[in-house]
Amino acid sequence: MKKILCLLLAMTMTFGCLTACGSKDTSDPADNGAATGSSESIEGAFKLGAVGPLTGDAAIYGQAVVNGAQIAVDEINASDSTVKFELNKQDDEADGEKSKNAYNNLMDWGMQILVGPTTSGAATAVAAQVYSDRTFMITPSGSSPDVIDGKDNVFQVCFSDPNQGTGAADYIAENMADAKIAIIYRNDDAYSQGIRDTFVEEAEAKGLEVVTEGTFTADTATDFTVQLTDAQSKGADLLFLPIYYQPASIILNQANAMGYAPTFFGVDGMDGILTLENFDTSLAEGVMLLTPFSADATDDLTKNFVAKYQEAYGEIPNQFAADAYDAVYVVKAAIEAAGCTADMSAADICEALVAAMPTLTYNGLTGQNMTWQATGEVSKAPMAVVIKDGVYTLPN
Amino acid sequence: MKINLRNKRTRTDFLTYAGVIIVFVVMSILQNQGAISRSLSGQLVPICAYVTMAISLNLTVGILGELSLGHAGFMSVGAFSGIIAAMSLQSAIPSDPVRLAVSMVLGAFFAAIAGFLVGTPVLRLRGDYLAIVTLAFGEIIKELVNCLLVGYDENGLHMMFNLNGQKTVSDLGLTENGIEIIKGAQGATSTTTIATFTAGFILVMVTLIVVLNLIRSRSGRAIMALRDNRIAAESVGINITKYKLMAFVTSAALAGAAGALYGLNMASLQATKFNFNTSILVLVFVVLGGLGNIWGSIIAATLLTVLPEMLRSFAEFRMLVYAIVLILVMLATNNPTMKLFFERIRTRFFKKPAKEVRGK
Repeated sequence: MKKILCLLLAMTMTFGCLTACGSKDTSDPADNGAATGSSESIEGAFKLGAVGPLTGDAAIYGQAVVNGAQIAVDEINASDSTVKFELNKQDDEADGEKSKNAYNNLMDWGMQILVGPTTSGAATAVAAQVYSDRTFMITPSGSSPDVIDGKDNVFQVCFSDPNQGTGAADYIAENMADAKIAIIYRNDDAYSQGIRDTFVEEAEAKGLEVVTEGTFTADTATDFTVQLTDAQSKGADLLFLPIYYQPASIILNQANAMGYAPTFFGVDGMDGILTLENFDTSLAEGVMLLTPFSADATDDLTKNFVAKYQEAYGEIPNQFAADAYDAVYVVKAAIEAAGCTADMSAADICEALVAAMPTLTYNGLTGQNMTWQATGEVSKAPMAVVIKDGVYTLPN
Repeated sequence: MKINLRNKRTRTDFLTYAGVIIVFVVMSILQNQGAISRSLSGQLVPICAYVTMAISLNLTVGILGELSLGHAGFMSVGAFSGIIAAMSLQSAIPSDPVRLAVSMVLGAFFAAIAGFLVGTPVLRLRGDYLAIVTLAFGEIIKELVNCLLVGYDENGLHMMFNLNGQKTVSDLGLTENGIEIIKGAQGATSTTTIATFTAGFILVMVTLIVVLNLIRSRSGRAIMALRDNRIAAESVGINITKYKLMAFVTSAALAGAAGALYGLNMASLQATKFNFNTSILVLVFVVLGGLGNIWGSIIAATLLTVLPEMLRSFAEFRMLVYAIVLILVMLATNNPTMKLFFERIRTRFFKKPAKEVRGK
């Protein structure tokens, strides 16, 4: 009898929970923009959603994205622009399933435009859903080509992975054509593997010499002596690192300890290495990386953004924050071009913005004259920087 | 067949079936009327997959009494074989539900093979070997799928192992109409999502019927006898390896079907999703729901899947709150005062059964 009672009680509890979170938001989805409930809501504001890993291993990227987006939204709302935004930020732990949950949660809130998700895997999972729901999505940093592949309403602000791989190979071919290249990449990571594949392909086409390749996985990202010794013994004088900055910091440390000093060449994942806690930034001297954004650029836009970001969050913004900042402004420009109003439904806004995107030319933090193809891919020039005295400088 | 509802176990089983059916019917009605949030309706399929995972792991951990730390590995096998099947059969089986069913069966089949291969040598041993080997199995599967390149075109299925890390999906030599199904570390990124809540419900029901019938059968009693006293069971002539394998392979097959359902619900899926953490998550469902307690697993899996989403208002602290809730539930269910409290409620509302207990 006890069991049956428990069972019944538990059933009602479960059911209560399910219906409780079901009933909460029945009012919202229908009346987009008509600002119900939320205390921060602004009359006639577009509802923007931002999704990224705010907790977990990749939290630094998600935090940067939502912070960058927040700064853009605050600026726009404080300006005399007729387009106003309301931003809702949700955590996805860089996981596809959680990201879909976060997206659905935002749709319940009445989101009209999605700025996110931050990471490629999550962005691909959400993009399929977004495509069938007809919501406009612009991802600041989901760089895999799979994110936009076959989805007309999904756009990228960052370079796609193939662009980065070919970009890096082209740059090396132009400036260091006789370098002996070693690659260390993470072979269980879509981002790293994707860049490596296109880099090797382009390097071959340009006649670059790749002497060795070393791999690691999430579980073996703590010791790189084997890969480094291999690269050293093969006489590599350029180490290409299409990886995120945490493992890269370990590689720099260990290479330094074994007295191996090739030229280190990273891509946008290397961005952030200077703000890593407990990392001796002198080790990063001379590291080259391909990034669309440099916090030390002297144009007014960058200066203004970096100052605001530092004031609000106490750190120097990285490329992800800049991408998100640009994403919000791109959405604003597209809304103005398409003449959308905040009382339109998410699907109507989506169709209007999809039509407007290819007509835009946008000057932002991460590039001048950025344009978009109808496929969702951005075209902008990559920029190679070298770390000198702890800041990014243009190589001479 | 004569059903004896006076039998306490039979009654619990039928209440479990009834509970699942009622929840499904109510949720379907609510979903049709748009009365539940997107947030929840988006989670229905993963919940079904996790419930199946929990029930199947309970068969290994609770009923067979062997610790398995690689259940996500079987889910992974099922998910990726299911995805390959569903994507390559698109033209052969145009009907989505049928293709989903075929994929789930194939997922279960391959996971069962994996379970058989892992279980055959290990289940002959005594001690914690199964835990160690399944832990390794989960990691091996993760690495293998990371190397796997699969594509499909009119010439059939192309498969390649990228063992030295130098190959890409373009090495498969697909024709122009070919589809890239699994791209190594990038995983399956162009899956057509065909999983539905109804399919999930059917999977949970099938799992329940299989597991509950196995437990209540002669084989099930043999399995539980093994768990309780191996030597005594051996002495009455129970074939240890056979019954252990029976439970373990069934559990693996069900996990494979759950994996196929889960995989076909996600447009993008990487092998790293099925890591050690996922195995532990499922183990937490089982332990929290009670070892050997099937409906407990169902409720624990449902609640713990929904809970992080319900805690979104806590923003960054939600996983902290999640952990606290988990600890509180563990403490509360084992607290003597709480037990006494439930006892009192029972005495008040159900005087008769309580007297029976006292009579004993």
